[in-house]
Amino acid sequence: MSDKAVQEKKAEKIDFGSDQDVRWCPGCGDYAILAQMKRVLPDLGIPREKTVFISGIGCSSRFPYYLNTYGFHTIHGRAPTLATGIKLANPDLSVWLITGDGDGLSIGGNHLMHLFRRNLNINVVLFNNQIYGLTKGQFSPTSPVGKVTKSTPYGSLSNPFNPVTMAISASASFVARTIDRDTKHMAEIFRRAVEHTGCSFVEVYQNCNIFNDGIYKHLTDSETKLDNVLYLEDGQPLIYGKEKDKGLQLNGFNFEKKEIQSENDVSGLHVHDENDPNPGYAFLLSKLSDTKGFPAPVGVFRKVESTPYEIKFHDQIRMVTEQKGKGDLKKLFLTSDTWKVE
Amino acid sequence: MVKKSTKELERVTIRFAGDSGDGMQLTGNQFTRTTALSMNDLSTLPDFPAEIRAPAGSVYGVSGFQIHFSSDEVHTPGDKADVLIAMNPAALKASLKYIENNAVIILNKDAFTPRNLRLAGYEEDPTQNGLLKGYQVYSIEISRLTQDALTDIELSHKEKERCKNFFALGIVYWLYTRNMDPTIEWIKKKFAKRPIWLDANTKALRAGRNFAEATEQFRTAYKVTKAKIKPGIYRQITGNEALVIGLIAAGEKAGRNIFLGSYPITPASEILQMMAVHKNFGVRTFQAEDEMAAIGSALGASFAGDIGVTATSGPGMALKSEFLGLAVMTELPLVICDIQRAGPSTGMPTKTEQSDLNQVLYGRSGEAPLAVIAAKSPADCFHAVYEAVRIATMFMTPVVVLSDVYLANGAEPWRIPDESKLPPIDIRFAKPEKEFAPYLRDEYTLARKWAIPGTPELQHRIGGLEKESITGDVSYDPDNHDNMVRLRAEKIQRIRDFVEEPEIYGDGSGDVLIVSWGSTHGTVLTVVEQLRAEGKAVSFYHLRWLSPLPKSLKNYIHNFKKVVVPEINLGQLAKIIRSEFLVDAISFNKVMGLPLRVTELKEAINELLN
Repeated sequence: MSDKAVQEKKAEKIDFGSDQDVRWCPGCGDYAILAQMKRVLPDLGIPREKTVFISGIGCSSRFPYYLNTYGFHTIHGRAPTLATGIKLANPDLSVWLITGDGDGLSIGGNHLMHLFRRNLNINVVLFNNQIYGLTKGQFSPTSPVGKVTKSTPYGSLSNPFNPVTMAISASASFVARTIDRDTKHMAEIFRRAVEHTGCSFVEVYQNCNIFNDGIYKHLTDSETKLDNVLYLEDGQPLIYGKEKDKGLQLNGFNFEKKEIQSENDVSGLHVHDENDPNPGYAFLLSKLSDTKGFPAPVGVFRKVESTPYEIKFHDQIRMVTEQKGKGDLKKLFLTSDTWKVE
Repeated sequence: MVKKSTKELERVTIRFAGDSGDGMQLTGNQFTRTTALSMNDLSTLPDFPAEIRAPAGSVYGVSGFQIHFSSDEVHTPGDKADVLIAMNPAALKASLKYIENNAVIILNKDAFTPRNLRLAGYEEDPTQNGLLKGYQVYSIEISRLTQDALTDIELSHKEKERCKNFFALGIVYWLYTRNMDPTIEWIKKKFAKRPIWLDANTKALRAGRNFAEATEQFRTAYKVTKAKIKPGIYRQITGNEALVIGLIAAGEKAGRNIFLGSYPITPASEILQMMAVHKNFGVRTFQAEDEMAAIGSALGASFAGDIGVTATSGPGMALKSEFLGLAVMTELPLVICDIQRAGPSTGMPTKTEQSDLNQVLYGRSGEAPLAVIAAKSPADCFHAVYEAVRIATMFMTPVVVLSDVYLANGAEPWRIPDESKLPPIDIRFAKPEKEFAPYLRDEYTLARKWAIPGTPELQHRIGGLEKESITGDVSYDPDNHDNMVRLRAEKIQRIRDFVEEPEIYGDGSGDVLIVSWGSTHGTVLTVVEQLRAEGKAVSFYHLRWLSPLPKSLKNYIHNFKKVVVPEINLGQLAKIIRSEFLVDAISFNKVMGLPLRVTELKEAINELLN
């Protein structure tokens, strides 16, 4: 292919954007997520008409309006229920579920948990800004204890959820985390989420510059970022730090930090294994972001193979149909003792 | 041998009552089946406690089953029973209020022990102290005779005791000159893998019949001859069975998969269970994590091109209401079956009521009109739900189907329809086009087109936010909102042009017009038939659709001196009739968890006529 032809091919790349004006606050982390989604979608080879975005309520849930796919902006917390129905009705559709920390973990926590346990092949992206934005600033289930918000003027009292811990505990078969400012990483994680057959959960650390600005600053500023973020790579030891000079090793159920001064120091470090069938390690890993003095891991925490629910669902229908033969209405009407009146 | 005679009767109501574990529902169902096969018209009412196995011998653990059968037409399960079969003192105590003053009572004498009397709250033996004066009491050692009949069977004493319901059934079969073959065949099938039970139950059944034939206690057997019914092939059917078959038929006729998202709740759980069996009809069943997920999955499936259905009862309906608003806003087809039970809150889960009418008509935020259809008899659940699917897909709207405990569990003969003659279900799908407008409406129905994900070029976004007319874009425009609110209401009204109007029963004018809906149909029809036979100027108009209300009611409602609305609630339809037609409608209501009684309604109408 000539250079020109390649250029034309790129220009032809399908635009997944819709004609609607984007109405998030200027500077919102949601823009970056939308931009990466628009970048990733054309590369997946899935046509727009086979792609469906489902959302609940909240700032994040406006997402479907801005994409030229099929979309359903549903009600607060209930997006997983509609996504389930859509995927079961037509497993060929590529279904994305966009939610937030309030929508997905508070009002819709139950549904999300069941979506994970059933393992439908749906990609869940949870924008975690640790605040209720659309209702103008109340604490959310991911806000830290002591958080002062409009509804907690003297500080929040409730312990926060860690979305990744929750997803692992509820048996999600793919669990990952990324950060709004780390666009390349985000695009890569979205791609991997789509590639995974089963329920994929991606937490995005997302900055709300109006009601909760700067909560992830230490994870995004170039000065501090590398000392606070642990990039997970499958098959690689857990190493982080600007100079790649810090590592993590497991001692029983606890991670310990280890300074790396020579190549030999790497040997005792824990090697990341996404596919570990035992969720224990991924669980411990997920708790690092809640532990003072430890880095926040990003990347794929866990990825295990498990037949998606919709496949089992339709296999069972096929099996029963083969055993009983295709249903005959006339016979169904007569499945009971009948009598004839002349 | 005692000389015995046979006497012909026109109609009989029998009530079987015993402990929850005594198998009274099974006994009642067997008698029903045999009665249907004997070509009587019939109607049944199971009446059981919510407790699965209540403490044996307690009054609240009594399970009852009533059947009304006749050589003439039957519209109700009967007000009061002519015959009671009571398996223990508690069953007697619980049933006396449901039987005629001169009823026949057949008792299991062996169960009238001091312990059972105490459990039932009887200080003295009611068979000895004159309490049963006026009744025709047959005290029979049902337990001992069952044990005697099964001496050569290797079952324990306790196990043999479990066969006594078949002994009792044998007695009743003799009393009503019934053929026992259908039940014997049924036992053979049911216990094919447990021959010892096959043998025991069959022996108990035969022993009961032989006992009744030989004993001096019974001198007369009764015969209820065949009813004159419309020619056709019939089967017995309960409301829930009819609903399931109706849904499957509608899916077949529409050429779409039925997707049932449901969450277990009495008395609707059976619908999910029965639908799950019929996967070979392309039926998709999903037991969701809660009531909201149940309707959410159904609505999602509708968006994706299935016919989404959910089945529930009052408390579940309350949980689903936000989704109903979403379905109204997104204008997707959805069928919601509300099998009403006595409320509020948990109420009485196994008792009937018509008290969800207000909830289904109004229980949503905003102006959220949807269509509501009510079934009038167990078999009619088939037609009501079929019609609901037809209208839901034609008008792109949620449709609520109202049934209730009485219809769901009650049974009647069903004239099996010719499936090729069921009304067509034609669906308008959007076809690929460059300038697709998701909220462009059909001129007549005002319905938008169904644009199914996967169809090229039709990508569009819907949701709970107000839509701009035609484009479906999010809109906060004041005029657009006013227009859309009116369009959604008008769309529901347009349904009237595409459904059958109810016909008035009786004259178009007169002294009393009874307006009713749902499961009271049988009671009201019986009352009106009787009153008209007595020459009274009473007519009857039964609503099929509660939303929209029919056009023709206004032609009659002002031609009567009085309008009466009988309901099993505190007058929910009556208030609508008053406000819609500006008539001084009188509410007749009883909220006892039971179907309305013919005698009570008749008495009330007679009072108004005087």
